[in-house]
Amino acid sequence: MSEHHHKETFVTKYIFSFDHKMISKQFLVTGMIMGVIGVLMSLLFRLQIAWPEHSFSIIEAFLPERFQSETGVMKPDIYLALVTIHGTIMVFFVLTAGLSGTFSNLLIPLQIGARDMASAFMNCLSYWLFFLSSIIMVISLFVQAGPASAGWTIYPPLSALPQAIPGSGTGMTLWLVSMAIFIASSLIGSLNYIVTVLNLRTKGMTMTRLPLTMWAFFITAIIGVVSFPVLFSAALLLIFDRSFGTSFYLSDIFIGGEVLNYQGGSPVLFEHLFWFLGHPEVYIVLLPALGLTSEVISTNSRKPIFGYRAMIGSIMAIAFLSTIVWGHHMFISGMNPFLGSVFTFTTLLIAIPSAVKAFNYITTLWKGNLQFNPAMLFSIGLVSTFITGGLTGIVLGDSALDINVHDTYFVVAHFHLVMGVSAIYGMYAGVYHWFPKMYGRMMNKTLGYVHFWITAIAAYGVFFPMHFIGLAGLPRRYYTNTNFPLFDDLANVNQVMTIFALIGGAAQIVFLVNYFMSIYKGKVATQNPWRANTLEWTTPVEHIHGNWPGEIPEVHRWPYDYSKVDENGEYIFGEDYIMQTVPLKEGEQES
Amino acid sequence: MLALFYFFVAVAFAIGIWQVNKLLSYKALIGDLKAGKTVSNLDDYDNPIATEKDNDFQGKLFMIFLVGFYLLMGYCLIFLQDIMLPDSASVEGEDYDNLFRISFWLIGVVQFLTQALLYFFSYKYRGVDKTKKATFFADSHKLELIWTTIPTVVLAVLILYGLSIWNDVTDLEGDDAILVEVYAKQFGWQARYAGRDNELGRGNVRFLEGSNTIGIDMSDDKAADDIPVRELHLPVGKKVVMKFRSQDVLHSAYMPHFRAQMNCVPGMITEFGFTPKFTTEEMRQQKDVIRKVASVNAVRSAKGDESYEFDYLLLCNKICGSSHYNMQMKIVVESEKDYLIWLNQQKTAKELFKL
Repeated sequence: MSEHHHKETFVTKYIFSFDHKMISKQFLVTGMIMGVIGVLMSLLFRLQIAWPEHSFSIIEAFLPERFQSETGVMKPDIYLALVTIHGTIMVFFVLTAGLSGTFSNLLIPLQIGARDMASAFMNCLSYWLFFLSSIIMVISLFVQAGPASAGWTIYPPLSALPQAIPGSGTGMTLWLVSMAIFIASSLIGSLNYIVTVLNLRTKGMTMTRLPLTMWAFFITAIIGVVSFPVLFSAALLLIFDRSFGTSFYLSDIFIGGEVLNYQGGSPVLFEHLFWFLGHPEVYIVLLPALGLTSEVISTNSRKPIFGYRAMIGSIMAIAFLSTIVWGHHMFISGMNPFLGSVFTFTTLLIAIPSAVKAFNYITTLWKGNLQFNPAMLFSIGLVSTFITGGLTGIVLGDSALDINVHDTYFVVAHFHLVMGVSAIYGMYAGVYHWFPKMYGRMMNKTLGYVHFWITAIAAYGVFFPMHFIGLAGLPRRYYTNTNFPLFDDLANVNQVMTIFALIGGAAQIVFLVNYFMSIYKGKVATQNPWRANTLEWTTPVEHIHGNWPGEIPEVHRWPYDYSKVDENGEYIFGEDYIMQTVPLKEGEQES
Repeated sequence: MLALFYFFVAVAFAIGIWQVNKLLSYKALIGDLKAGKTVSNLDDYDNPIATEKDNDFQGKLFMIFLVGFYLLMGYCLIFLQDIMLPDSASVEGEDYDNLFRISFWLIGVVQFLTQALLYFFSYKYRGVDKTKKATFFADSHKLELIWTTIPTVVLAVLILYGLSIWNDVTDLEGDDAILVEVYAKQFGWQARYAGRDNELGRGNVRFLEGSNTIGIDMSDDKAADDIPVRELHLPVGKKVVMKFRSQDVLHSAYMPHFRAQMNCVPGMITEFGFTPKFTTEEMRQQKDVIRKVASVNAVRSAKGDESYEFDYLLLCNKICGSSHYNMQMKIVVESEKDYLIWLNQQKTAKELFKL
């Protein structure tokens, strides 16, 4: 392989790179930039909710005058635009591409023992399509009438008619174009991940010797391939309705003083198509985070992950169920109540594999020797928010109970904890843990601790009280609550939440500083700093194209032989970890 | 937004510089490595890997965090009671409240226990001694069976109870329910009573004209006695079935006090029903409501606003445009007698449109 080494120019090495490790860094940095935009937006609209009549100089500075009232307060349309783009960016650009794109690319070849992805070209293409879609999404922020503002779920007719909301003009067109390209990127990436995991595993790496990260990425890619095309068709039909006058989603509409020429369409059709992706999307976001966490928790507990096979079973069960639960977003959409019953049933079933996963993580900690590296802190944080957020799913997934909490802040609190905060924690855990593999250096530990604790306090400070303002009946996406005296006593809670949000936002600066500083100033890493078992830690610290200088190592055992002892209670190989490349000792049982 | 744009340009530049710089410093990095600079010969503070001291300190922080988290949960559960919705004002909502209470207690208990285990284990097994052996414990079918079966059984009960309530709530067949159409548009609500025949005339946006603001098809025989109104009055103790229409985009008719909500979909008629349990006056005397109103008025008097009196509300709960945040209609629940008096004062569609 080494004679294969062709000369790389600046362009092929850093820009149109075919090397999966470079592509993963490109995904991560692009995702981080999008993340900064998404988080800043959330801070702007949190300020607006907490102090609706107050004018902030930051808002005056950031928003052009046409989006401000005379008193310097943001206008309702731009509030809705911020909410919409925040959701879109965080769900797709940060937590799908930024998370899955980064770590699937970095870890799949390294952990299964492959020189690169099955198709390095498709991998490069996947990134650059993602980059293009990011650029278009960012450009859409600057159009005259404002960006898309019909909510990240872009339900028509609101998203189809510029008369209904100004953001549904050019802003929405760019949103749809950007998402179409994004979907292409995601599909190309996912197909590549699936093929790579199935075909390029090194000798001895059977499916049941794959680290759980690999299982998570593999299954995630399958869900993506199954569900993203449906969103594509949903978007395509919406484009037809918007531009060519078809009536897939539109019917009997009177707006702007005239009856529009649409007949026979139904917005409910769009809801079905959208959520056919939209719900699996939650797991596309969450499963990779859980996969990374499994690896980090096991390594830092110095114990095998508890119930490896049950974990794989849970991932598969969640993946399967995730494709047949989408209707729980639509209990009160006007669809047949019988369908509601079916979706209640399938939805609550998902709680079972989820509970199994949570219990298995907790049991992995039991009687471990926990090493609190920053990645470990974020992983424990993930399990905590996953439980807190997941439990309220039992209320929301029950059609009868959903009636009164649907679209209130209770929902916002639920999904931010269970998929937003959890997935972000998983992403951070991944970055802290695999930073040595990306840059050959270590991130600063103390800054990592500071980052985690402030973030953890802020996250619960924002999202835990949010459940209760939801139970007070407060609908989401209200520009201000001052028109309802009923909600006047929620103002204090909202202000406290905003303050926590600002603190949490500021804490992310600590991470950014740590990340970029460590690239230059970080301590140089050893080959296997966390004393982990998986294959990526057998590669040299400095990157080489093809990952291993000589032969690809052969695998002889599963990845979780931590603290394995013989009959005498001594470590079998003298260390508390046994890498996958180490053959079984005579008389040793494979776990 | 221009400032934002400059910000992005700056970020783009920064990344450009970073990439070039990285390229130039790559050789130095490999040099460091070859010179044998590794992490092993660093002291505690500089060590990028958690030391025993770190494990000890972070483990304790987890325990402190658990206490803080419990305090937050306790505070929210006890003191935020005041802001929450009062008990249901509809008969069907009683079951809702019941199921909600059961679910909430259940998830509350699970939450308290699992978080305690998670953080306590993090504290208890913190690696204060790196040479201590962790227990190799990879699998236990018994444990896994336990925590697969228990959630399954509990969820089965919840599903069955939930579905029976769902079936009751969504069953709008039969009896002499009062038929009301609720009509949504950007950004307000209207309503129409079915009139003497208790049947609604056809409606479509194509009939919108002048004072016919909800598009009633007056050529339909059933339409003449329909009563279009702008405020909703309901008699106490009688089932009301609402039919929802929208003239432009999706809206959602949300009546939180009745535990009632349904989307209004253009081109389609949706429905929901409930039985009001208390008149507006009676509701104002409920303990929960008095508490809630007091909590609202405490805030309002501090701001110098006039004091607030409880009313049932219909609000929009599906993003529908700029004034989504201010799309509401008052609902008055009164005795059947008062309701009929009020209804008789309203003009029928025929009188109103002077046909």
